[in-house]
Amino acid sequence: MIPQEIYDTLKGTFGEAILESKLDGVLDPWITIAPERVKDIARFLRDDERMQFDALMLLTGMDYTKGRLGVVYHLHSMKWNHKIVLKTVVAAEQPHVQSVEAIWKTANWHEREAFDMYGVLFDGHPDLRRILMPDDWEGFPLRKDYQVPEFYNGMKVPY
Amino acid sequence: MDVTVAVHKEGVLADVDAGRKPAAIPGLGRALRAEEMVINMGPQHPSTHGVLRLELIVDGEIVVDVVPHIGYLHRCFEKHCEHMSNYQQVVPYVDRLDYVAAMSNEFGYAIAVEKLLKIQVPERVEYIRVIMAEFSRIVSHLIALGTYGLDMGAFTPFLYCMRDREHVLDIIEETCGARLLYNYMWVGGLSHDVKPNFQDKTRAFCKYFRPKIAELNALLSYNKIFIERTAGVGILPPEVAINYGASGPVLRGSGVKWDLRKNDPYSIYNRFAFEIPVGKGIKGEVGDCWDRYMVRVHEMEQSVNIIEQAVEKLPAGDVQSAIPKRIRPEAGEVYVRTETPKGELGFYVVSDGTQSPYRVKVRPPCFVNLSTVPAICRGSMIADVVAILGSIDIVLGEIDR
Repeated sequence: MIPQEIYDTLKGTFGEAILESKLDGVLDPWITIAPERVKDIARFLRDDERMQFDALMLLTGMDYTKGRLGVVYHLHSMKWNHKIVLKTVVAAEQPHVQSVEAIWKTANWHEREAFDMYGVLFDGHPDLRRILMPDDWEGFPLRKDYQVPEFYNGMKVPY
Repeated sequence: MDVTVAVHKEGVLADVDAGRKPAAIPGLGRALRAEEMVINMGPQHPSTHGVLRLELIVDGEIVVDVVPHIGYLHRCFEKHCEHMSNYQQVVPYVDRLDYVAAMSNEFGYAIAVEKLLKIQVPERVEYIRVIMAEFSRIVSHLIALGTYGLDMGAFTPFLYCMRDREHVLDIIEETCGARLLYNYMWVGGLSHDVKPNFQDKTRAFCKYFRPKIAELNALLSYNKIFIERTAGVGILPPEVAINYGASGPVLRGSGVKWDLRKNDPYSIYNRFAFEIPVGKGIKGEVGDCWDRYMVRVHEMEQSVNIIEQAVEKLPAGDVQSAIPKRIRPEAGEVYVRTETPKGELGFYVVSDGTQSPYRVKVRPPCFVNLSTVPAICRGSMIADVVAILGSIDIVLGEIDR
């Protein structure tokens, strides 16, 4: 399916939950979806006969500044060999996004990393804890407004 | 072996324990307490290939669960990228992801930025890049196979692999002056052209190396002890592999014929004839450790094929003609994935129109492949965890970034 068909199908099925899209003139066409419907849309994309997005290539957190965080999903179907990018944007104060761990197991670690680096909270994730940073680290390092702490456990951080 | 043993009291095991009642032994009068233990493997354990800690929850010799702990080598790669004053400065950092096959990493990053910039690199650059990337694959696989032999108790094949690896490193060193971390593939071109004797040396290497693969097979691959140790161990079914996002030899070992060089071609890979080796379960079952091992052996043969084809067609030209003076892509984003020795390496580069990247996200193949380990290990023996981990072939520089 070409991106336009994927968009039309999603719009037809989920209506309001499909927010924006940019399908032409970009390297990777993307669709913005509502954060509270991520799981349903992901399940549809994986299981629907025409879609069959069996592989989640990448899940990444983003900081869009001005108090907005985001999650970007790069999907690929091995069967149909088509791709699509999903994006979802949440407020940095309440960064709740549905977890897709139950749909693609690979999301488990990717979501933990997005939580670790941006503080995005994935509702329904079985084991949401830091993955790369130490467990007692404070703050979310990849946020654009992140300030490096002066001390970590009594050790000086900047050198 | 620095394996520390601790009887587990609380934490992860509490959940596992909850469902298990101590078994009453008839005639004994009291319940015999059967309790799981937590064994820490690593972060300094030799079989973890770096600083990886595995928390093994074991019931006797049987592994109930594995919890990998990573991040010991975290060095803020992605944060650094956002603070670079231009895109070119990221290249040396990219080298340090999968430091065993640095050329492959640079390749992916260079393609990503070139796509953002919409520039076309000269033919000669493409050919040299492919040759170097395939050299990298051979080097990486030699290390993977050699150290896998070490894990399984065979010391000699490791030395043979290191010997052959030297030949490749010599050619690379002659080209760009470095043996491990090259900073060779720049955005839009290469840092150096190859030397005039490059083609002869490469041909000579290919001629030398083919029989050495057969030698490795005789030494290790078809060794009875090695097969007993790896065949039928750590089976990863194909549907699980895909759902976990596994890629590279881990995915192909499970019998899935999937190689980005063929299925999602980048650069000039569609011009070369080569096969995609997959696991067939010859010695055990499809998707076992031996299959993953053997896929790497066959891939080295295919890499030699590609190098031979590329070196014959190597066109003349200037390798630096397309290097931009100033890199300032329009606002936009791209996800580029390439087939490195470890699997699908993805770069998600976002530009906001300034000279430094807004976001560089790496999708490290080892990170994703390592996340399959708990699924593979459950129910296996402790000793097999070493076999499974070795067959995944991880590099912690890439996992922790």
